[in-house]
Amino acid sequence: MSAAPGIQPAPAPTPNSPPLLDVRDLVKHFPVRGGVLNTAQAKVHAVNGVSLEVRRGEVVGVVGESGCGKSTLGKLVIRLIEPTRGTLLYAGRDITRLSHSELMPLRRRMQIIFQDPYSSLNPRLTVAGLLKEAVRFHRVVPERELDGYIDALIARVGLRTESKGKFPHEFSGGQRQRIGIARALAVRPEFLVADEPVSALDVSIQAQVLNLMMELKAELGLTLLFISHDLKVVEHFCDRVLVMYLGHIVETLPCENLHARARHPYTRALLGANPVDDPDDRRPLTVLRGEVPSPLNPPPGCPFVTRCPLAMEVCREKMPPTESHGPGQAVACWAVNEPVVPASSR
Amino acid sequence: MPAGEPVLSVRGLSACFRTDLGVVTAVDDVSFDLSAGETLAIVGESGCGKTVTSKSIMRLLPERNSFLSDQSRIIYHNRPRRRAAAKDRLPPGEIELAHADAPTMHHVRGARIAMIFQEPMTSLNPVFTIGWQLDEALKYHTDLSRRGRRRRAVEMLRLVEIANPEQRIHEYPHQLSGGMRQRVMIALALCCEPDVLIADEPTTALDVTIQAQILDLMAGLKARLGTAIMFITHNLGVVAQFADRVLVMYAGRVIESGPVRDIFHRPQHPYTRALLDSIPRAGNRHRGRPLATIEGIVPSLLNLPGGCKFADRCPRRRENCVEREPALEPGPDGRPVRCYYPHHEPRVAEPGGRT
Repeated sequence: MSAAPGIQPAPAPTPNSPPLLDVRDLVKHFPVRGGVLNTAQAKVHAVNGVSLEVRRGEVVGVVGESGCGKSTLGKLVIRLIEPTRGTLLYAGRDITRLSHSELMPLRRRMQIIFQDPYSSLNPRLTVAGLLKEAVRFHRVVPERELDGYIDALIARVGLRTESKGKFPHEFSGGQRQRIGIARALAVRPEFLVADEPVSALDVSIQAQVLNLMMELKAELGLTLLFISHDLKVVEHFCDRVLVMYLGHIVETLPCENLHARARHPYTRALLGANPVDDPDDRRPLTVLRGEVPSPLNPPPGCPFVTRCPLAMEVCREKMPPTESHGPGQAVACWAVNEPVVPASSR
Repeated sequence: MPAGEPVLSVRGLSACFRTDLGVVTAVDDVSFDLSAGETLAIVGESGCGKTVTSKSIMRLLPERNSFLSDQSRIIYHNRPRRRAAAKDRLPPGEIELAHADAPTMHHVRGARIAMIFQEPMTSLNPVFTIGWQLDEALKYHTDLSRRGRRRRAVEMLRLVEIANPEQRIHEYPHQLSGGMRQRVMIALALCCEPDVLIADEPTTALDVTIQAQILDLMAGLKARLGTAIMFITHNLGVVAQFADRVLVMYAGRVIESGPVRDIFHRPQHPYTRALLDSIPRAGNRHRGRPLATIEGIVPSLLNLPGGCKFADRCPRRRENCVEREPALEPGPDGRPVRCYYPHHEPRVAEPGGRT
């Protein structure tokens, strides 16, 4: 399938170019306000020292359960929210402290798609209006080419031309997500954060939207950070996956051979908790016991220690360092990284 | 109660809604049996009528704007059975629920047929403690003393693996996590030992590790208590792991039914097959490949096509499909299917696909 006129692919990556996105020790704390004076009483440790690299053309998945900080991470890397600490390098340039106006040209290069496009599309604008607003703001195409550009865009995401004059509420969930995708792509970005883009959709519609995203990714050479709680979708769609737990990345690994490679007990638990869709392969699901610690007061050691089947003494005391386990894989776990000390010799 | 005997028989169930644009039939002529100790999964996409079917059985649809057709029959087979001090005011034998009066429904609902919902926070009362809510159900449906009810409430919370039930009983729903709330809902639904548990997407709003806890719990309770479960879900992995039989719905109709292995390995209806093919499969052989899709969207119930409701999205459509709707009749392997051109061949799929 050829690219729609007006939508051009991003430049091809050169082998030695720096990663498109380079995040170092990113921290985000949200204050919890209360009391008579509405002062900060405590801090939610949403993202707690995250480092990651995304190369050009790569699709990186972020998985984890609700509250693990994956959406916060997605918003941080494109600076929709301000980090508490840490460094953000985009295409080799430090963007952590760029001002609003300095960020504007970058905003065009990085876009985001949300889970519920309905809450992120202006209900009072038609589809054409929504798309034109973004295109005009960033002066993507000259005014006289605008109508043709919008038509091509609408057709490319699989909507009918009549959709132009309709409002977001007139569409079904899947179609609305197509509008969300069209709006993100309208400014010809090179980097896209997709925050649970198919989670709210029925399976048959989910497949349509995933296929569309895969085609567009290939056509436009997009780089993607794909946030999802569904490991099956991530395994299918992404090159690499980051597994988050309570604000930390506990494991990074390639999606190829995911089941055989996964080392961290939490990644293994996530894989084992997913019911296999084959009635001839019935197996007990991995059930984790124990409670998730509150992000208000994370324990000093490994955040997973309260539910971990491999928990040791050291896990309660010190945060495990992230160690490399072959190309593209890194694990933060005492039990996996250190040779396990048998209980009797302790 | 002996396994295998039907505890619930639904015949020709049609549920209609009066709207500004006319009467809409959300569930059209649905029939099935549910046996003691069996798990029946009802699958389908949003708007296919699976939730309306379950609410019809519980008679929870608003009377103001909806009704069940005169032909609808929902038969609860009330068999004598030893229960924990139940206030047994229902006559033994077949009890018709589709047109039953309110007092009959009061004794059936919660005590004989119980339901858990997707979002526990909307079905738990936020202003009462969970102990109060368990006590209310027990007070209404059993003859237990105050102390007995208290003991039973604690026992139920322990059964659903809530730690410190003696303390938790004094807590309010907002003090519990999502998974715990769903466990309280299950305790509430099972405290009167119902014959049938209807679970409407009980794990959809939960994280996968919490979902595993709840599914594990439900499987254990089913084995211990012999409750028949009607499981409504769109998660086909959950269906494959837990269901005995499956009912596939589309646009308010049953389009195929059968034992779970037949549905997964020999789906006859093109929709069932397409639905199974559209889920991303684990394993390398499919990574990065386009997923099979079903083009188009579910038709609006206000404006249903004349023939087969799936025809405009169906790859096997021929002319007569759009002219007259096919009946639900035995297909190539003898199971009911609503299609003129059902699949004969088994579905080719790599089982499990785990590497």
